[in-house]
Amino acid sequence: MPILEGYQVTKNFGGLTAVAHVDFNVEQGEILGLIGPNGAGKTTLFNLISGALTLKSGAIKFKDKTISGLRPHQICRMGIARTFQSIKIFANMSALDNVLLGSLFGPKSVMSTNEASAKATELLDFMELSNSKNTPAKDLTLVNQKKLEVARALATKPELLLLDELMAGLNPTEVIHAMELVKSIRAKGITIIMIEHVMKAIMNICDRIMVLHHGEKIAEGTPHDIATSKRIIEVYLGE
Amino acid sequence: MSSKGITSRSSFLLGILCLVVVLLATSPMYAPAYIVILLTSILMYVVLTVSWTIFSGPTGYISLAPAAFFGIGIYTAATLGEALPLAAVVIIGGLVSFIIALLVGAVTLRLRGIYFAIFTFGLVLLIQHLLLWYEVNITGTRGRFVIVVDNTTIFYVMLIIFVLLMLTAFFIRRSKYGLALQSIGENEEAASHIGINVTVLKVITFAISAIFMGAAGAIMATRWTYIDPYIAFNTNFSFLPVLMAIFGGMGQLYGPFLGAVILAYLEELLLTEFPYYYMLLFGIIMVVAILYLPNGIVGLIQKWRKEGFRRKHANT
Amino acid sequence: MLTTILDVLIAGLLLGGLYALIAMGLSLQYGVARVLNIAHGEFLMLGALLTWWLYTMFGINPLACLAICGPLTFVIGFILHRTLYKRLRTSSATPGIFESNSMLASFGLLFIIQNVALIAWGSQIKSYSYLTSTIDIGGAVFGANRLVTLGFAVVIGIAFYIFLARTRTGKAIRAAAQDPAIAGLMGVNINQILALCFGLGALMAGFAGMLVSMCYPVNAVMGFEYTTIAIIVIVLGGLGSIPGSFIGGFILGIIGSIVIYLQPGLALASYYLIFIVLLLVKPTGILGK
Repeated sequence: MPILEGYQVTKNFGGLTAVAHVDFNVEQGEILGLIGPNGAGKTTLFNLISGALTLKSGAIKFKDKTISGLRPHQICRMGIARTFQSIKIFANMSALDNVLLGSLFGPKSVMSTNEASAKATELLDFMELSNSKNTPAKDLTLVNQKKLEVARALATKPELLLLDELMAGLNPTEVIHAMELVKSIRAKGITIIMIEHVMKAIMNICDRIMVLHHGEKIAEGTPHDIATSKRIIEVYLGE
Repeated sequence: MSSKGITSRSSFLLGILCLVVVLLATSPMYAPAYIVILLTSILMYVVLTVSWTIFSGPTGYISLAPAAFFGIGIYTAATLGEALPLAAVVIIGGLVSFIIALLVGAVTLRLRGIYFAIFTFGLVLLIQHLLLWYEVNITGTRGRFVIVVDNTTIFYVMLIIFVLLMLTAFFIRRSKYGLALQSIGENEEAASHIGINVTVLKVITFAISAIFMGAAGAIMATRWTYIDPYIAFNTNFSFLPVLMAIFGGMGQLYGPFLGAVILAYLEELLLTEFPYYYMLLFGIIMVVAILYLPNGIVGLIQKWRKEGFRRKHANT
Repeated sequence: MLTTILDVLIAGLLLGGLYALIAMGLSLQYGVARVLNIAHGEFLMLGALLTWWLYTMFGINPLACLAICGPLTFVIGFILHRTLYKRLRTSSATPGIFESNSMLASFGLLFIIQNVALIAWGSQIKSYSYLTSTIDIGGAVFGANRLVTLGFAVVIGIAFYIFLARTRTGKAIRAAAQDPAIAGLMGVNINQILALCFGLGALMAGFAGMLVSMCYPVNAVMGFEYTTIAIIVIVLGGLGSIPGSFIGGFILGIIGSIVIYLQPGLALASYYLIFIVLLLVKPTGILGK
């Protein structure tokens, strides 16, 4: 059964249609890539899934329960976490506190403070951020800030993780590390949808790819299908 | 709470606070009456300022309504003072403020901070007008007399409110909710995406802060003996707590405490001699503090200590 | 019956004209300069008290005072922005921080201006009589001063609209309101424009103050209520929309007039009721985005 389903998902902003009648299914345990030119509606779709925006029409279901219309904190507790295109960490709080908050409020079942602390420390280790435990988040490097945002999202014990342009601004070495990170997160059993412009990453780690253009889904398939599709090449080069 | 746990510094401050409370509690025995009255006024401002900071400090949602809740407390005492024991009146004053704050929060805290600030700005005037209309049209009276209570009792009630407030503020700050409140101030959207019910947390915290303002109003009313809607709902009481918190510095809890003590004392000194000049001075202090003291007096002290530290180790 | 309706309606237009004028000034300051100037009503108070003082002390015609109060409040507003608010803009890390800092600074300003007025003129309520002869319109009787006030409010409003829509400076202001960064790139001197807007907003308040003093008693603490009303009007009209605040002012004025007729003393309460409904249903207001 698909872990996430979308039926005719539509969103307008005034006269502009950002997402138009998009249907999608995401299988449990897969890594789905979401690509398309700028302004295609990718982040809007993420916002609709996470509850940051409300749908104009259509529905989104998570594990067969309708989530469209729920608030972000409710959707998080159900098991969906995300990162943001413009990193939204808690700048003046320490790295540990950032992740700790995720552990304290995100999981479905509430943990004690000690357990949450332990979990948070564990996650910082997993992300290789232990040295920066007490550093204010704003003082971390870009790469570490991105890792912190991922750690915080993982702290909420998600079953589905939405990554919004994780690789943006990373140099080639960092991109390779990020790719490994994504694979190791999936190895933990977490389903991943990732918005990316870095084609190397998308082609190498995604099981399937969905392409949006002007708010519509114009293609869906394996990396090979997408790479050889004439239409997609037109769309990207024509823009 | 911070993952760092209870540091030696906060134990030190806690110790100082206990000492202060003990000193205050025993003061009516050896201090002259006018000192007790002065201390009551200072405690009142500390209560208003620290309770304002509980919500507006970490979240950044600026409430301009302390005068409204203070006034509600005053009117509760005026209305119920004859019928109920003092303790009940003070508690009810706090409860009514709590309920009104819940309503205000429910309407405004779902939206951007500017709506909250705007709404709370006029709230004191709104309640003033409503009560005035009620008194003119329904009860036919203008103003009320409040029961008289001796100064020592007023002092002790205010002291109890103060202690309860500091305990509440301390516990909120150290709990996971304190951390969550801070994250709301940092990035509310991210906070809601990691499972924090931001609206409920904001509304409840705001309402809790209103309790103490209402209770303080209820007890202070007994000092003024005659009150009417103009006396009870005075815009100065919305301005002064905000000023004291900003002047003191909102990063730590002792910032607003310090700011309130300093400026409340200053007010006492200037009040009788220069009635309008002291508010003018406070207006100027506010503008100066916003411009040049982003972290208040506490921030200034921290900066000097850091600079002293750097200078001391400059040659290493 | 018809006379009563006419009475209430025209009184509503009169009140609405004042509200529209005040709200447009505040809307200009918030919409363009992004300063929620809660001291706005104090500029109105200055205009009102100065007019009273000039008329009762020196016999200067209140309408002539427009030429004095206006420029004075404009200059104060302009200088305030060039010094205080500009400095805040540069020192605030984010626009959100600037919004709250400038609002708090205005709060301080409120008490500065209010207490200067209290020191200068004391706290008693003051009034004067000017143009109090009555005019009959279809059976409803109005003081000439009130009709002149309405006339002035409408004229100033229209003049302002033309200024914004037709002149080069007006267009620069609208550009700055839309997108300060782009406007700056297109050669608009942003600092100049922002200070100008702030000054113009204060000017409107000063004008409104003079008009208010012709019709109602005034005192040094009157500003707060006018600020509150102006704020409700700009939320009603849509935060950042100047035409919205013009329309919103008249709507609120007419509602206020009806409420005052039915139950005097509940006008502000009725405005707040509208405010609450607005926040629950459409916070962006009538013409807001």
